[in-house]
Amino acid sequence: MFEIRIHSRGGQGGVTAARLLAMASFLDKKHATAAPFYGAERRGAPVVSFVRIDDQQIKIYSQIRSPNLIIVLDGSIMDSVDVLQGIQPGGTVLINSPHPVDLPNVNVLTIDLTGIALSVNLVVAGSPILNTPVLGALAKMGVITRESAEAAIRGMFTDERNVQAAEAAFKELIV
Amino acid sequence: MLTVATGNKAVAAAVKAAKPAVVAAYPITPQTEIVEQIAEYVTSGEMDARYIPVESEHSAMTACIGASITGVRSFTATSSHGLLYMHEMLHWAAGARLPIVMANVNRALGPGWNVWAEHSDAFSQRDTGWIQIFVGTVQEAYDTTLMAFRIAEDQGVLLPVMVNLDGFTLSHIMQSLETLDPGDYIPPLVLPHRIDTENPAGYGTLTGPADYFKFRWGMEKAMRTAPSVIRDAEEEFFRRFGRRYGPVEEYLCEDADVVVVALGTLGVEAEVAVDLLRKEGIKAGSMRIRWFRPFPDLDVAGRDLVVLDRGYSFGFGGVLSDSIRSRYPSASIYSVVAGLGGQEVTYDDIADFIRDRKMGEEYWFGVDA
Repeated sequence: MFEIRIHSRGGQGGVTAARLLAMASFLDKKHATAAPFYGAERRGAPVVSFVRIDDQQIKIYSQIRSPNLIIVLDGSIMDSVDVLQGIQPGGTVLINSPHPVDLPNVNVLTIDLTGIALSVNLVVAGSPILNTPVLGALAKMGVITRESAEAAIRGMFTDERNVQAAEAAFKELIV
Repeated sequence: MLTVATGNKAVAAAVKAAKPAVVAAYPITPQTEIVEQIAEYVTSGEMDARYIPVESEHSAMTACIGASITGVRSFTATSSHGLLYMHEMLHWAAGARLPIVMANVNRALGPGWNVWAEHSDAFSQRDTGWIQIFVGTVQEAYDTTLMAFRIAEDQGVLLPVMVNLDGFTLSHIMQSLETLDPGDYIPPLVLPHRIDTENPAGYGTLTGPADYFKFRWGMEKAMRTAPSVIRDAEEEFFRRFGRRYGPVEEYLCEDADVVVVALGTLGVEAEVAVDLLRKEGIKAGSMRIRWFRPFPDLDVAGRDLVVLDRGYSFGFGGVLSDSIRSRYPSASIYSVVAGLGGQEVTYDDIADFIRDRKMGEEYWFGVDA
């Protein structure tokens, strides 16, 4: 079982990222469940969503306590939220940031998803879209396949800039 | 078609496939995405139904009753306080023998204000004459909603059916969903006592003591017929679509010394606890009860039952435990009250309940030391 926690702000698309990741996992012939944190969600407030991926049917509904991977879609959340809480020993943190981030005792990967979204003009209502480019990064990390990432994005969005952004993230992430 | 869907979206998709003529619903809190999605289907023309937004859940059920009595298929969805507000008309729908199907997203009741999973809303409608089922996965929510129409409309049943799914834990979680074309799995509705809308006429409905009890007995006869109709519906579903369900989903029960009994998602997570305990050499099993009314037959002899209750009858006991105890007076039961108001209950917790069971006693998780 591979467990993922996604930190974002309400309205940034963390839940949609979880949904896309689940869909891509199905296309990879795996089982997956995705869930928002069941709380009061408000635009701009820090929120978390969860994804489980496994080769077997997933019967666990309780919340993820020790994720293998933590995704931080908005680096500013780290000022107020302990995003590393419960991370598995040897776990990985993927942070949307233009700069390297130094955190103790975990593997840190950074990628400028905001910059990628802006570079292909993937902006809705003034906000860069982060949930489709992050799928490219996750494909590069081997969480999902590149083909399934693109198929999942195309299944939900008709705007090809989403796929371009995912492609750019795939190329840019150094693992 | 394979897709990713929440429990809410799965129910809506099943309703679309079942083609009701009327969907009546109160669209505001505590309503769910189920009717929001159905409203979109109707607006986009994907669903050829009359969608009636009403001013309350009481009116939603009343509108379904009015539609159903003319012999057309009708559906509504609600949750928690919305279900309670329907209470009077739930009795009416069942008493009038109307095969209405309703999805209820199980959520706690206030106060304190709480929107998370609990079964008290459904349990408090236990004696209304509705058939009640609890589902445990997104796919099961879809499949069971389709079955619900077939079962409700069976000529030997003609009772309304409530499909219960856990609030948030199932209503908002995304899992894979395979949608299907039900074809003639749900035959056209024939309501023998329908009002003829071309030649409408009503007769005095005052029913004296000499006859009233016959109608009540008719409801109970229908409940006693329902198990065989449910089994046929589940078998036929398996034959056509390849997924098998039963009144009780048993997991590793054959040789089990101790069986955890639960409803909904807790019953699915319980199977993970069973796997853990089997590795420790404890012969554990799981029974996830799907059909709560009519209550199914359980194999309780010679084993400990650890019953998880997500709803309580104050001054008496856990509602599921009490159902089992009154049906099987000799059953050895450890009653665990857990998961109220969305309280987190993990498979590790469930494994602990089984390891630490004290037969004949009751335990409130998070309260009892």
